[in-house]
Amino acid sequence: MNRIIRRILLVVMLSLVITSCGNKDGAGDKAAIPADKKVDYKPAYGDTIVMGSIGDISGLIPHITSDGSSQEIGSYIYNGLVRYDKNLNIEGELAESWDISEDGLKITFYLRKGVLWHDGELFTADDVLFTYKFMVDPDTPTAYAGDFLMVKSVEVKDLYTIEVTYDEPFAPALISLGIWILPKHLMEGKTLKTTSLATQPVGTGPFKFKQWLPKEKIVLVANDNYFEGRPYIDKIINRIIPDTATMFLELQSGGIDFMGLDPVQYTKQTGSAKFNEKFNKYKYLANGYTYMGFNLTNDKFKDKRVRQAIDYSINKEAIIKGVLFGLGRVATGPYKPETWFHNSAVKKYPYNPKKAKLLLAESGWKDTNDDGILDKAGKPFEFTIITNQGNDVRRKVCEIIQAQLKQVGIKVEIRIYEWATFINEFVNKKKFEALVLGWGLSRDPDAYDIWHSSKTKEGELNFVTYKNKEVDEMLEKGRTTFDQEERKKYYYKFQEILAEEVPYVFLYVAEALPVISSRFQEIEPAPSGITHNFIKWYVPKELQVYKE
Amino acid sequence: MMVPLLFGITVISFGVMHLAPGEPIDIATDLNPKATKEMKERLRKYYGLDRPLHVQYFDWVQKVVVLDFGDSFSPDGKPVLTKIKESLPKTIIINVLSMAVIFFLAIPIGIMSATHQYSLIDKLTTVFVFIGFATPTFWLAILLMILFGVKLGILPISGWSSLYTANFTTAQKFIDVSKHLVLPIFISSFGGLAGISRYMRGNMLEVIRQDYILTARAKGLKERVVIYKHALRNALLPVITIIGFSIPALIGGSVIFETIFAIPGMGMLFYTSVMSRDYPVIMGILVIGAILTLIGNLVADISYAFADPRIRHE
Repeated sequence: MNRIIRRILLVVMLSLVITSCGNKDGAGDKAAIPADKKVDYKPAYGDTIVMGSIGDISGLIPHITSDGSSQEIGSYIYNGLVRYDKNLNIEGELAESWDISEDGLKITFYLRKGVLWHDGELFTADDVLFTYKFMVDPDTPTAYAGDFLMVKSVEVKDLYTIEVTYDEPFAPALISLGIWILPKHLMEGKTLKTTSLATQPVGTGPFKFKQWLPKEKIVLVANDNYFEGRPYIDKIINRIIPDTATMFLELQSGGIDFMGLDPVQYTKQTGSAKFNEKFNKYKYLANGYTYMGFNLTNDKFKDKRVRQAIDYSINKEAIIKGVLFGLGRVATGPYKPETWFHNSAVKKYPYNPKKAKLLLAESGWKDTNDDGILDKAGKPFEFTIITNQGNDVRRKVCEIIQAQLKQVGIKVEIRIYEWATFINEFVNKKKFEALVLGWGLSRDPDAYDIWHSSKTKEGELNFVTYKNKEVDEMLEKGRTTFDQEERKKYYYKFQEILAEEVPYVFLYVAEALPVISSRFQEIEPAPSGITHNFIKWYVPKELQVYKE
Repeated sequence: MMVPLLFGITVISFGVMHLAPGEPIDIATDLNPKATKEMKERLRKYYGLDRPLHVQYFDWVQKVVVLDFGDSFSPDGKPVLTKIKESLPKTIIINVLSMAVIFFLAIPIGIMSATHQYSLIDKLTTVFVFIGFATPTFWLAILLMILFGVKLGILPISGWSSLYTANFTTAQKFIDVSKHLVLPIFISSFGGLAGISRYMRGNMLEVIRQDYILTARAKGLKERVVIYKHALRNALLPVITIIGFSIPALIGGSVIFETIFAIPGMGMLFYTSVMSRDYPVIMGILVIGAILTLIGNLVADISYAFADPRIRHE
């Protein structure tokens, strides 16, 4: 389920996007380590990894939580039927294999045999059925039932075979069954208040739950019977340190081994030889992008040329340099570069204020009264950008955009609102002219909820009110087709249209910047991030720190 | 008098809380492509948010009178009282200790400044306590963390205790926690010194000018006796009021402070509850705070009467 929810998780709401620590997905790129640092070590069991996290988990049943920390802890305890491998292809986890029927309506899973729950009970198809029922139960307070309400039926064929049937083909169906499976024997007949899982989760994953001291730490220990082999590291301690400056000091003093850096820390404060001897830094593109969206019902933005002109007048490279210290990449569409569905050949809008002015003049915006601000029919070109409070990066982005648009003669005001006000009063009610916000990115290209014209009602996610028949068609076809090559065509086309029409000015994809104590070996950056082989990480005997 | 007052406080708190935009379910559903309208309705119903406000309020009151503050709306679904119990001891320990430090230092400083008015020592302590008052705690905290935690490595940077304490003896555990508390308590008392010490200085100066002090001196009493027996007693009276008013402050934590030191106390609990619109927890903390404020006032009144015969006789 980690993988499912990750793809829809918002770019962290109240905290800085880039300081969130749990961002471990994405393509890897290790910062240079001198070759002479490599020593031949032997894998050994033992030691503890202490991770720093800015937020506490909100609960131990990750199916009903929506925060990144809970999902991350869940990912060590639970398994799903399928998961993404390090190259972002779907592979079996609790399912050994599966068949998809010709019409795409039925998926049959053949489960791994002999997998044990942490309490020693046997994992079977009944647990899968139970998890499905749990998710669609009206009494389960989850925001993620949507994918499962599309299921027509789930049938247990035998102990290790289960069949899921849909009313219509649904491409993201397979990965939606990466939902973490819950143990039926501990949950059945109990409510969320009475079940022991709420205080003592039991999964099939590589680590077992040991302790949760709210707002202090979470302790997990290695599962000796994990079906893919026992993890080398004995223990995970997830320490909650809400202040990033404190966390960084803890890292330097050895109090934690693993955290996410922010761009300032990455570029300015971690350069010393001493630091690089003790720690390894990594970077890879995070699963999310930041954009400026137009309210397309606003007359000012109805003309495509105006939107294109604004795109030309915003220097994305300058934004990346200014707020991310260069640790990010220009976004050209709603997908992360390096994924199979990302189309890099779409129309791009490099910084070009001259062209912007030309386009604006074409659409009737000229500075007739010489006050430095364009006008049309007596009205100056000015608008307000809104964003949420508590995100310094977004605020700075707004300020840079404000300065850059001033150059072409557009006056921009900035308003910053507390999150709940921002969403309820402005975004949901579409009371804005333009906004700066981020989307968490999916590993599946289905973007129906954000771009389809049927999703423009109040409170829905197409709050910019983008309506395009061709886009609708591409999105519909894309989510009902299983063949990857064919899907790719639809989504390529979709990206071309968006690039031409500019409903958003796509700004950047930031980089995740994890840092890990150099005593941990076998860390292997891959397109999916660095934690895909976490159970293989080890600390050689001679470097182990925590011995009990 | 206290009961209707408490009732009024809860009505206002409840009303204001619901006036704020947003709902507890928002954190799970805002901008979440998977959260459909039906899901939102389902969640609202689950938490009883679909009912009219007054129904929700009376439902809440009915439970509270039997001391049931309900369960938190956050996914852990814990009872409100459990959540408060988890955070309260740490906040109280820190507040009691730092308050003790403040009074222990501020009262002598105040007396000294008063008896040696306009002397060098008066000026120095004045500058010192005002520096403490004016220094941003988060900044000072980080500087001290760098010095003692990273450079010297003699004090832990954050948290309440070390990670591995399982094999510690009780004494070792005590030392471990004490070490973790040195910086937080220093920081929180440093900022509080100014208020009490200046207050004490003012009181003392006023008392020293009274006729009975003149009388005491005229009787030929030693200066020490004059100051500590006759003047101090009277100057301490108003401080009792401050102690009484400080009772509710004992459970109030500071968000900034707790965030920097990663000590999970009441400040963080309240802040996160407000941000996630966790109504039951917000109401629970407000009610307890209100009760303690009322008790604090009462205690201040009573002890004042106890210490000052003039009030008793009226």
